[in-house]
Amino acid sequence: MLKTFSLGGVHPAENKFSAGQKIEILPVPEQVSVPIAQHIGAPSEPVVNKGDEVKVGQLIAKSTGFVSANIHSPVSGKVFKIDEVLDASGYKRKAIIIKTEGDEWDESIDRSEDLVTEITATPEEIVKKVGEAGIVGLGGATFPAHVKLSVPPGKKCEVLILNGVECEPYLTADHQLMMEKGDEMMVGTQILMKALKVDKAIIGIENNKPDAIKHMKDLASKYEGISIQPLKVQYPQGGEKQLIDACIQRQIPSGKLPIEVGAVVQNVGTTVAVYEAIQKNKPLFERVVTVTGKSVSKPSNFMTRVGTPLNQLIEAAGGLPEDTGKVIGGGPMMGKALSSTEVPITKGSSGVLIMPDKIAKRPKMEACIRCSKCVTVCPMGLSPYLLSTVSDKAIWDRAEEEKIMDCIECGSCSYTCPAGRPLLDYIRLGKGNVGRIMRSRTK
Amino acid sequence: MNRLTVSPSPHVHSGDSVKKNMYGVIIALVPALAASLYYFGLGAAIVTITAVLSCVFFEWAIQKFLLKTEATIMDGSAALTGLLLAFNMPSNLPIWIIIIGSLVAIGIGKMSFGGLGNNPFNPALVGRIFLLISFPVQMTLWPKPIASQAHYLDAETGATPLSIMKEGLANGESVSSLMNHVDMPSIRELFFGLSGGSAGEVAAAALLIGLIFMLIRKIITWHIPVAVIGSIAVFTGILNLVSPEQFAGPLFHLLTGGVMLGAIFMATDYVSSPMANKGMIIYGIGIGVITVVIRVFGAYPEGVSFAILIMNGFVPLIDKYVKPKRFGEVAKPAKA
Amino acid sequence: MNVVLITIISLGVLGALAAIILYFVAQKFKVFEDPRIDQVEEALPAANCGGCGFPGCRAFAEAMVKADDISDLNCPVGGADTMSATAAILGKEVAAADPMVAVVRCNGTCENRPRITEYDGATSCTIASSLYGGDTGCSNGCLGLGECVDACDFNAMYMDEKTGLPVIIEDNCVSCGACVTACPKDIIELRKKGPKSRRIFVSCINTDKGGAAKKACSAACIGCKKCQKICPFDAIEVENNLAYIDYNKCKLCRKCVAECPTNAIHMVNFPPPKPKVEKPVEEKAE
Repeated sequence: MLKTFSLGGVHPAENKFSAGQKIEILPVPEQVSVPIAQHIGAPSEPVVNKGDEVKVGQLIAKSTGFVSANIHSPVSGKVFKIDEVLDASGYKRKAIIIKTEGDEWDESIDRSEDLVTEITATPEEIVKKVGEAGIVGLGGATFPAHVKLSVPPGKKCEVLILNGVECEPYLTADHQLMMEKGDEMMVGTQILMKALKVDKAIIGIENNKPDAIKHMKDLASKYEGISIQPLKVQYPQGGEKQLIDACIQRQIPSGKLPIEVGAVVQNVGTTVAVYEAIQKNKPLFERVVTVTGKSVSKPSNFMTRVGTPLNQLIEAAGGLPEDTGKVIGGGPMMGKALSSTEVPITKGSSGVLIMPDKIAKRPKMEACIRCSKCVTVCPMGLSPYLLSTVSDKAIWDRAEEEKIMDCIECGSCSYTCPAGRPLLDYIRLGKGNVGRIMRSRTK
Repeated sequence: MNRLTVSPSPHVHSGDSVKKNMYGVIIALVPALAASLYYFGLGAAIVTITAVLSCVFFEWAIQKFLLKTEATIMDGSAALTGLLLAFNMPSNLPIWIIIIGSLVAIGIGKMSFGGLGNNPFNPALVGRIFLLISFPVQMTLWPKPIASQAHYLDAETGATPLSIMKEGLANGESVSSLMNHVDMPSIRELFFGLSGGSAGEVAAAALLIGLIFMLIRKIITWHIPVAVIGSIAVFTGILNLVSPEQFAGPLFHLLTGGVMLGAIFMATDYVSSPMANKGMIIYGIGIGVITVVIRVFGAYPEGVSFAILIMNGFVPLIDKYVKPKRFGEVAKPAKA
Repeated sequence: MNVVLITIISLGVLGALAAIILYFVAQKFKVFEDPRIDQVEEALPAANCGGCGFPGCRAFAEAMVKADDISDLNCPVGGADTMSATAAILGKEVAAADPMVAVVRCNGTCENRPRITEYDGATSCTIASSLYGGDTGCSNGCLGLGECVDACDFNAMYMDEKTGLPVIIEDNCVSCGACVTACPKDIIELRKKGPKSRRIFVSCINTDKGGAAKKACSAACIGCKKCQKICPFDAIEVENNLAYIDYNKCKLCRKCVAECPTNAIHMVNFPPPKPKVEKPVEEKAE
């Protein structure tokens, strides 16, 4: 029996069309729009002005707090303007727009391909450097990485868990990264282990990627303390809480962080970024993005500069199909539907999924038949039918009582519901309101 | 280019639907239907067709003329109610009684609460119990299997195993002598349905095939059927051990009357059963215990329908207090 | 005979006993309550709409009785009549508050504001607005999913199917503000009803720059400041590319209405006698 998490879960069709597609380097775009809010936490503060010359990797927006991240220029050229741009949030928000001239990198970045395995930086230096390089969780949650590496006093990290699960259907960015940058990943993992002062790291990989499991196992044998954990193909295996449960059989109590059970989770993509930041002095300004979909003529994985407009990636993957009905930033389960193909790629964009018109629409909503399938699939052991009803009726105290804040918004309930009810829509609404009420109470 | 659709995640759906589930249950009932047609022939056919058609008609008529809402008869739930109602009636029931039963099942049991999803009680059982209380004579005349194949109202009737047992014990006879009674079918005959009873409840084997189908298609989970059957087996087993001549054994109880039909198809009705697995087990045990209490100590020879309706009434309470096990609720001690 | 007698006596004794116990319990746990609270509550409309800022009419009545100065308290539903009646009960004076009415500040009809995406989520403005700016190019405008209509307890709103916008039935509106709270985009505003229900307002809350606003919606305020310049009473202010008319300063001269290049400024209930005048009329002020 393969390891998996304890409660619920679903298995949507995997549709990994772009699996095995080598990572292509997307040409540097003529103009990039770099949003200043592309991570969880406070938006960054621009440190460049209109007309400034910038180089690749130069700091253009500074972190404004502990939970915030630096942003570096993904291209070289001139700052065209700082203006409001429609981004993945669906609203216009502030972004730094740079017109590209050439591709001149900051001199301090080591652009050679050589693998540097010797780790000279001290743990404190690593955490500091990761923060400076603007590294955020590349799995999609975009939580600043240095925050997770700073273990709060009184807590002890026992194990580092790396998320190579990629449980979202369609997406293959992490899979391909493991196949091509395995060595960098191993060194990055060692760096993180050093920073966290742990001697054990587990890389969780879903069993639908046997090539990646084999490749990573071969590599891991060369590095001390790193083991590979094949996991059952089950969504949401890549959820932080579910992954910890699956790998080390510990469940994070309600409202607590992974460190409570002695674990820190990072995405495998993040380890490559950490490797590059520490060993090559390269801040985070590009990432692998999967462009895929049933009608996409050339599903691909692209190494893309942050701020590249989406349509440029879509063009490179064979253009927007005729029957396009929906464009999603991320995977089909948790990704965000976009209202325009002009929004820029950010640090958190793991994929661009183009869905045909036929399957873009939701099924017709019917009355709840109390089939209890949503309860069965909820990986957090909640009662989605109830949470959605009390949220719709604005009974916030009941919603809080029923632990609405535990919901990880994985979407398994809406996915399963035979009556096609938008359970998660209402639960999200409830979470927003209950969260606001709880925060105002603690003030 | 088309206008892009924007909706909150998730953007894919399992493709499951109310219709698929309802028709899945109907398919699961096909073996039992075949068995009832084989044993009760003409009568079973007339009862089933009348009940299904009148249930569908009443739902359509109520939605069209009274509620003035969109008709939902195509989702299969009304047909399913009709089928289950037919399975719970003797195959020699006059058509007018069946129609009254269907009207009560759909009109009072289902639509008066707001239609599918809102009825606290299993509509088919509401109809059945209404008929049982209103027409006790007609509802307890059971045609003999095989012999009544070509008959409807004129079918030769006989006692059910449960009533033989109940009356026999009341007259001071012992279980072992009753098991060898002339009219008492053997355990094997009971398993394959060669006994008197409601049209669809007699063939345990056919009902079990339906259960396996529903489990494989993930239409229901194992909790309710196993809890009902298990608790009846345990409870009657204990009674049987205490006094074998006074109380019949578990196999007899499981294979007679409506236990199999009730446990597999009636108690598992989505709308009127609890949501959490733990709650389902409590609900199932409740049904099992009440059934045995009615059968062994009560006035009626059979109690499955009453037991299910009573436990239906407890479902809101069970749902309120029995919650699914939450993630991280009991933090496991460190093992790694 | 005996049985009947015993029954009557025993039940009688039981009843008397219960009555005595109840009497003493009621005495012991009696809570003194100002009788005026009941009187005030009686005078209130009993709509329990919450428009006054209290959870219900009773709570408002309590607050009125307790407060020394009731000038901050106002029942928008009952209006001046109710307030003077309640004030009379308490022997206090109350200044008549201006009657207000809810106003929808968006004119993004299907024609004015073409849809560029399709929303396919739960029918809730709050959910839609947390997802994105809306199915048109304007991220401030009405989403048309009718959360305000659902919030209205007085049957004073409906969704116009042609325009996709909510419409307020002035005669029913009690200015309780439920729709204002319900709207996640802050489109609805309570404004002074005005003499003879005549009023002028900017029917737009788009803060985009002129070009972008105009591209998204042909009826958008583009922040050109023409109205601000022409207004003789300094009632109009343009901030964030958006004009706002202060209803306390506006003298209803209607100069701005004629001046607005996008017809974003609306006037209602002005002659020529039409129930609602959508287009500006070439006519001098009275």
